Amino acid sequence: MTDKFEINPDEAGVIPGGGVAVPDLEGWFVDEVLPLEAALMQFLRRSGRSAQDIADLRQEIYLRVCESAKRQIPRPVRPFVFTIARNLLIDQMRRDHVIPIDAVSDLEALNVATDVPGPDRNVMARDELRRVRVALDELPPRSREVVVLRRIVGLSREEIATRMNISEATVTKHLVNGLKALANLLYAEIEAERRIE
Amino acid sequence: MSDTRHAEDCIATVAEDQAAIWIGRQDHKSWSASDQKELDAWLEQSLVNSIAYWRINAAWKRTERLAALRPTVKGPVAAPDLVRLRALAKRTAAVTAVAALIGGGTLYLRQPAERTYATPVGGREILTLADGSQIELNTDTVLRISGGAGQRKVTLDQGEAYFQIKHDSAHPFVVSVGSRRVVDIGTKFSIRKSAQDFEVALTEGSARIESSGLRQERSITLKPGDVVIATGASLSVKKTSLRALENRLGWRRGVLIFSSTTLGDAAAQFNRYARTKLIVSGPAAQLKIDGTFVANDVAGFAAVSRHILHLKTHQNEDEIVISR
Repeated sequence: MTDKFEINPDEAGVIPGGGVAVPDLEGWFVDEVLPLEAALMQFLRRSGRSAQDIADLRQEIYLRVCESAKRQIPRPVRPFVFTIARNLLIDQMRRDHVIPIDAVSDLEALNVATDVPGPDRNVMARDELRRVRVALDELPPRSREVVVLRRIVGLSREEIATRMNISEATVTKHLVNGLKALANLLYAEIEAERRIE
Repeated sequence: MSDTRHAEDCIATVAEDQAAIWIGRQDHKSWSASDQKELDAWLEQSLVNSIAYWRINAAWKRTERLAALRPTVKGPVAAPDLVRLRALAKRTAAVTAVAALIGGGTLYLRQPAERTYATPVGGREILTLADGSQIELNTDTVLRISGGAGQRKVTLDQGEAYFQIKHDSAHPFVVSVGSRRVVDIGTKFSIRKSAQDFEVALTEGSARIESSGLRQERSITLKPGDVVIATGASLSVKKTSLRALENRLGWRRGVLIFSSTTLGDAAAQFNRYARTKLIVSGPAAQLKIDGTFVANDVAGFAAVSRHILHLKTHQNEDEIVISR
């Protein structure tokens, strides 16, 4: 299954509202691509590569997806993203000789488009506040404290520094770590996987 | 795995690290027009930067909804609210630690000086290190290599590997397996780890096994033909012929070599290499076989059982049952 994903010429680049280019690449990426990240990461993790390699792979996949979307919006998005992911993974495995070719054929056989459930938009919207709360609970404690004091209590950075008895630079450090962890918790992780206790 | 470490080691790409720093700075009243210009320039620099920024920023924006939990009264926050919020902020560290573990540990663990190599079931791989040493990974194996300067440290987490080490007495090559270490003294050896124990078989040169913990245990020096079996508390050594050792290493050529091996043991060996599992039921398991088989050719093995040993084989979805 090495054939490239084909874009239906009737649909290519046609977005609701009639435009052909991507007027808002960021909006499209956040709304259409980021919700696929949990399934994408699950797929990448099966390759047995290190967490750092997987983060780098994710970056490369997003780059290719967005570069392509700049020319024309791929529809449907999901098989397009996964085809890019799979081709990239196969290329890298072959190049790095991490896993022999017969394992790659296993990978090629994976039906990535159907074996992981896609996000249900309605459920996501209804669930949004709870999901963010759950992610917040799972932040490292100091980062969580900074985010809560900033976002919920609405304190300024100086006030947080005073309250937590740490420097403002340290507040920033916890905030920055919290931001990265939040992005992973909200996008990269499948909630059900974390909740088994 | 402490929580501080989660925070420090949160997996992110370089661009995501930078994006998080930008967004962290942006969320501050000192943010100026020239800061914004600098950020715009950074975003313009590459699409990778923009994407990383969009991703982190989208997550950050989603927390805006948390403001709905904010006390409605303006002005100083009432004390009971603060207590409640601080309680929320300080939820038990244990929950976070457990959550990170359950998340596959992939979220926060990052050891830049270390690389992990893994083979899938049926896979095989050869790694060549900078010093010319070679490590061959067998099926279903996970091995980590520390990359520090002058360091030659490897950890075998799972599976089996064959080491051909270029000896360097100034920088001993050390393989950690569980709480023990195998230190080469100019060596070719293989290590196979299972859940409870591991075996070290030395084919050439010499190596030493020592415990890395506080355990009071003599270290053992191996000679060619020695096979050491290390279980939780004990080490035992048995002598094997070099020919038998060579057979053990058949996997390096992709084959399993059996010599008076019971069918049950042979099936167990095959089962390491293929997803389709062989089950030998009843007295058939005691039959002995000789021969060389392609390691993942479960079907071929079943055919031999059927045509030569005249056994029955029955294929289920992902297993083949062999019986008399």
